[in-house]
Order: sequence, then structure tokens, then C-alpha cells
Amino acid sequence: MTAYYSSLAMVTSAVLYLVAMTMHAAEWASVRTKEPATVAVGTGGTRSDWESYEAAPARTRREDVLGRMGLAITVIAAFTHVLGVVLRGVAAGRAPWGNMYEFVTTSLAIAVLTYLVLALRFGMRWLGLPVTLLLTIGQGLAVTVFYVDVSELMPALHSVWFLIHIIAAATSGAAFNIGGIAAILYLIRSRNEQVGGSGGYLSRLPSAEVLDRISYRFLAFAFPLWTFTVAAGAIWAQYAWGRFWGWDPKETMSLVTWIIYAGYLHARVTVGWKGRRAAIVAIVGLVSFWFNFVGINLLVSGLHSYSGIQR
Amino acid sequence: MSVARELVSWLRFAWATLTSMRTALILLLVLGIAAIPGSLLPQRPTSPIGVSDYLAANPVWAPWLDRLGFFDVFGSVWFAAIYLLLFISLIGCILPRTAGYLKALRDLPSAPPGSLDRLPGHTAGTAVGTPAVVLDAAEAHLRARRYRVRREADSVSAERGYLRETGNLVFHICLVLTLIGLAWGSLFSFKGTAIIVEGQAFSNTLTQYDEFGAGAAFAPSQLSPFTLKLDDFEVKFETGPVQQGAARDFTAHVTVTDADGATTQQVLEVNGPLSVGSNNVHLLGHGYAPVVTVRDGSGQVAFSGPVVFLPQDANFRSEGVIKAPDARPERLAFEGIFLPTASSSGSGGMVSVFPDALNPQLLVNVWAGPPKAETGAPENVYALDKAGLTQLTKGGGDPLRAGLEVGTTYQLPDGRGSLSFDGWKRWTKLQISTSPGGWLVLVSVMLAVLGMAVSLTVRPRRLFVRVHPETTTTTLSVAGLDRVEGRGGLTDEVAALVAACGLEATLAATDDEEEQ
Repeated sequence: MTAYYSSLAMVTSAVLYLVAMTMHAAEWASVRTKEPATVAVGTGGTRSDWESYEAAPARTRREDVLGRMGLAITVIAAFTHVLGVVLRGVAAGRAPWGNMYEFVTTSLAIAVLTYLVLALRFGMRWLGLPVTLLLTIGQGLAVTVFYVDVSELMPALHSVWFLIHIIAAATSGAAFNIGGIAAILYLIRSRNEQVGGSGGYLSRLPSAEVLDRISYRFLAFAFPLWTFTVAAGAIWAQYAWGRFWGWDPKETMSLVTWIIYAGYLHARVTVGWKGRRAAIVAIVGLVSFWFNFVGINLLVSGLHSYSGIQR
Repeated sequence: MSVARELVSWLRFAWATLTSMRTALILLLVLGIAAIPGSLLPQRPTSPIGVSDYLAANPVWAPWLDRLGFFDVFGSVWFAAIYLLLFISLIGCILPRTAGYLKALRDLPSAPPGSLDRLPGHTAGTAVGTPAVVLDAAEAHLRARRYRVRREADSVSAERGYLRETGNLVFHICLVLTLIGLAWGSLFSFKGTAIIVEGQAFSNTLTQYDEFGAGAAFAPSQLSPFTLKLDDFEVKFETGPVQQGAARDFTAHVTVTDADGATTQQVLEVNGPLSVGSNNVHLLGHGYAPVVTVRDGSGQVAFSGPVVFLPQDANFRSEGVIKAPDARPERLAFEGIFLPTASSSGSGGMVSVFPDALNPQLLVNVWAGPPKAETGAPENVYALDKAGLTQLTKGGGDPLRAGLEVGTTYQLPDGRGSLSFDGWKRWTKLQISTSPGGWLVLVSVMLAVLGMAVSLTVRPRRLFVRVHPETTTTTLSVAGLDRVEGRGGLTDEVAALVAACGLEATLAATDDEEEQ
């Protein structure tokens, strides 16, 4: 019964994310103001604290209402989402990340909570559309494609490392995604600035420079955590399988993802890459992360074949 | 002479190129790209069958991939070349940086640049008091905030955040140590697997291993003596409707006798390996061993005991060979299929429908032939060498097949003997390995993560104060500099320093850009 309510809550959250996304899309579409030309290129870095990431120009009433509705619905959706994850854990009698469905829903729950903190505390409401888009697709896929009924864990996961390894992976995954979204928005925004900042919702985004920095901050947070995820996985593998590293497809792609982000940080900190090139590397990293997460689970068989999806 | 000099200068150039950050970065990215085929194509060490299937499915270009080492990417020459170059490049980066860092730790912060007015957060104004008073105040303020301070006659410069480079170096050094630990492990370690049937024992000598691999520096004489008897192996499978048949629990009860002769009862689980001395024992797999008795034509027992069958599918349809070379007048052999939960499939053949032994059946066909001289040559126990054997057939020429349930005996035609299916036992596949250098990997991995976290959170900052004495007051100029991006609060910190010097902060309008 608990499992039923968990599924109900998850499906509800997926639908609500869709509604919230529609609100945000309407919000973007309803922007009429043209961005003042003086705020265009290169002066973005004048504000530094998180507060300044809030979109600058005044909002129209309609736009504001739509945005607030989107945010309010996301709050409700996040509540049902977290409830769904908790109930799933209760129904299974264990931490709810034993298969792909549970991992996706948990990871997205962390992502939505992060987003809500950013939107409510730091005024980063402009993340609304891309984040609700991600949540709608992710949660929608989870409840339709990835769904498996509650079952016990496979013996390979009976370990305390299971908790450590997965929660680190889910948290760094959430941060990689937000960093990646900021990188994508950076590319859009910087192009928009180059052609003269022709208004629309893009004028609600922070300047390209600020987006670039947000992307960096999230990735710089996620990277040590991802390193820890891979390292904890290796230690667990040594304990459970008697080798630290065995070039299992999942291990390999995790390393590839790690290398891409390591490249990103080095390029940024040491070589001084910024903007477009850095954003592209960040997006490649995100693609690699998703491929590792979805592609490897579904396409390649290996020691991490835990999706529980019958093929 | 000039050739030698040219060679030296060329080597210098090669070393400088190899150890440049740019080369290291390119090598890192190349390593990442090179690893991708290893995760997408089947690899020989992990799935040899996948490789042969792939070769059969792509006869045109798969052999070329094979020649280029794409089916053993991580053992290929080119992959090794990339990571060895990266390794050297990494060391080449670390050494000069460590030297530079140690020097920076001993030295005082550098003197302020010529003009402070182009630095972020620059503030200028006049304060009451002599330059010494102002600078004393600035120095006290900075020291209280844990800056390292350099005091000159007309200036103070301060720096904070040395831990960033510490963390950075710790991370990179530990990365190297991790790789050394892994290399050490693969040189001095061994890893072997053995299949042990319930009730049987394994002793740690080379001959008892089914598969054995060791590093170049490992000698078989280094195997430490111990024996391990498998008393009982419990398996639980999912019986509910969700993921029916999925493994839920494996527990092996074993009796271990170590080198000193001390005997202990222990439990071995999938996530709970045993350590016996320096050896780790892991539970890798399991299967069934039908227990059979073969009687020959003269009524003598020619073979009796469990025979290990290898699982072929998720429901443990298992195949194996029962050999009775000592049967007389003819030696006998049986090719068998063990079905733990037998059920007839739609097309009439028998399949196993559940991995646990709920309705075990043994299906065999029979081979017989004249006795063969003992040669002592090793023989594959899972395959039947059919030379000199003929398959027994039914009247119509079809191969003779028999299906046995537990406790039944099948009489071979023409008085050749019989096969009794007495029962079944489980076997486990154990991996015995050592991990020398494991502690090094463990410690350096943890330090590496810690070092990286420090290097990405600590943000170094420099602050400068310069004074020009006036008659009763002092003109001063204050500014700061962040060496990494993404740090806020420089303006505030400059303002606090300015206040500490006795000057009300009036920020120049052009200078509030604090992160350039």
C-alpha cells in the first residue's frame, strides 16, 4: 500500500512539474520589455554575491504572476516528489536507491531541493524553465520507462558503501546538472548579447559572465564529490570484489566523466579558459554523465547492471 | 660534441613540452577519449564470449579493431603509452611546483605592485597619524585575520590562502601515489579462483586453483598455507512476483584452518569477504553439482560423488560431464544437463524456470568406448573428449537420452551399467587474492579527495597598503587582488582594512569590480 502511495506521489510530481514547466514557458513568452542597450556586453561582473544573480529588469505583472505560479507549483511538486521517495524507502524497508528508478527519483529530488533553495533564497528564479524541463523529462521517464516494483536489494548492494557511494553520486549528479544548465544558458545568453541583447526572456537571465561563473561554482562543488564517488566505488570494489579497478563499463565511463570535468577545471583555473570554450567542455561533461547514467545501464551489461528493468 | 649538445637541447625541449600543462591536459583528454571504446566494445578480460560474438557479427571490420587492440583497450600498447606519458608529465608538473611552493612558504609575501590604483577594490584617502601608526594598525588587523604579512617602510602586503596550493599539490602527489600503489599491487599480488563443492575443502596451493594469475614479481612459493572447507552454502532467491528469481542472499559457512593450524568457523558473504592472513577470500559465484553414482557392466562402482556443472542461464540450467574412465568392460561418460526447477517448455524440451532447486532433474546422453591407457595428461573436466567413444543410440538411431529425478537410477542398455542420480550439492566459486599496496591506495585516495576539496574551497587573496607621509597625516592607498575567480567579498575586506587604518572608506566608483 505504501508502495502504491509512493508511485502515486511520484506520478503526481511528474504531472505537476509539467504544469510548472508550462507556467515558466508562458512566463518566458510573456516578456515584452526590451533590454536596455547599455547593459549589453562585458559589464556583467559588477555584482558578485548570490543575490545579484537575480534577474535585473523590472517584471510585468503577468510575467511575475506566471513565474510565481510556476515556482509555487514546483514547491508542491517537490513536496510530493520527496514524499514519494520517502514512502518508497518505507515500502522497501531500506534506502530508496537500489535500482535505476529509485536512483533517478532520489537524484532528481536532490536537484529540485537545490533549485528551490537557489530560487527562494538566492533569487535564481530564472532557472525555472530549464530545471522544470529537466525534472519533467527525468521524472516522466522514471515513472514510465524506469519504473520497477519494490523489491529487496541484490546481495551485491548489501553494504554500508551502498549508502555512501550512491548518495555522493546523486548529489554530485544534481550539481553537474545545474552547472550544465547554467553552461547551456550561458551559450544562449552570450550569443544574445553578441547580437545586441534583443530582449525577450533572455533579458531576465543574469549576464553571460555571471552565468559562466555560476556554472563554474557548481562544477567546482560537484567535482570533488564526484571524485569521492569514484574513489568510494573503488574502495567498495576492493572490499567486495577484491580489486580497486576492473574497467567495468560503468567504472570506465565514470573515469571518462571525471577526466572531462578535470579538464574543465584545469582549463579554467590554470589555462584561463572562460566563456564559450569552458561552457562547451561543461556540456560535454554533462552528456558523458548522462550517457554513463542511462546509456551504460540500459545498453551495456556489466557489474553495475542494477536497473532492474527487464529487457 | 655539437651533436651531443643538440641532443641535450632536443631532450630539454622534449621534457619541457611533455611537462607543460598544455600537454598534460591534452594527454588527459586523449586518455578519456581512448577509454570510451573500452566501455562500449566487449573486452577480452571481462567478456571473452562477447568479443567472439562481436567478431562473428562484424567479420569485415572487427578483425581490424582486434588487430588495433580495441578488444583489450586497457591492456593495449597505445593505452599504456598514453597513461605512462601522462604519468611522467604529471610528475614533471608536480616537481617544479612543489619546489616553488616550498620557496613561497619560506618567503614573505611579495611587495606591493608599483601602482595600486589599477587593482580591484582600490581605495585612497587620508588618515590621521604617522605612517608607522597606520601601518601598525594595518598589520595588526591583517595578522588577526590570519594573513601572512610583509612589512616595509612604506607598505604592508599580505597574503592568505596558501592551503589552496597545499591541497592542489597533495591531490596531485596522492594521484601519483595511488597509481604507484595500484602498480605495486599488480606486480606483487596474485588472484585465483577455485570451485568448491559443499563438504569439500580447498588448500592454498597452486594446483588447487582453476584459474590463477599473478603479477610479475609474485612467486607461487609465496602462497601462504591455509585450508578452507565449505560446510554449507545458503542461497535465497526472490519468490515474489517482482524480479522473481533474482538473487537475494548468499551465505557460505566455512571452516578455515590457518597457517598455525588454528581452526575457526566463519561466514562468507558477497559483501563480506574473509581475510585469512594476507589473503582475501571473495565469493564470486555459485552453481550446482549433481551427486551421481556410475556402475559399470560388472556391477562395480566406477564413479561416485558430486560433479560440478556450470550454469548456462539465469535459471541455472547447468551443463557438465560425468566421466567414469575406470568402468569395465567399457569406459563410460555422460554429457549432462542439470535443471534445478525443471519444467517442459512449449516446444517439448525441458527448461529450468527458477534458479533454486525445487524440482531438480538430470538429463544425460551416454557415451561408451574401450578403455584408454592412463596418460596423466591434464583433461578439461567440463568437456568430453569424444575420441574413442561412441554415443549410445536408441533403436531408430536417435541418440539415447535419459531424464532422472533425485533418487532414481537409469539402467544403461545391453548391461553396460547404470547411472544413479543420488542428489545434488551446491558449489561456490571463490576468489583468493592478495592486495599488497592496498593501504597505500586507500590512504592516498582519501588524501587526494581531501586535498582536492581544500584546493577548490580555499581562495587565496592578497591585500596591499601603501602610505605617503604628509605633515600630520598619512595618505594611503589600499587594494586587494584575488588570484582565483568565483570569490566574493573583496570589497568588504578592503573596506574593513581601510577602516582599521583609520580611514573612512570611500570607494572609487570605477573600482567596485572585484572579480575581473
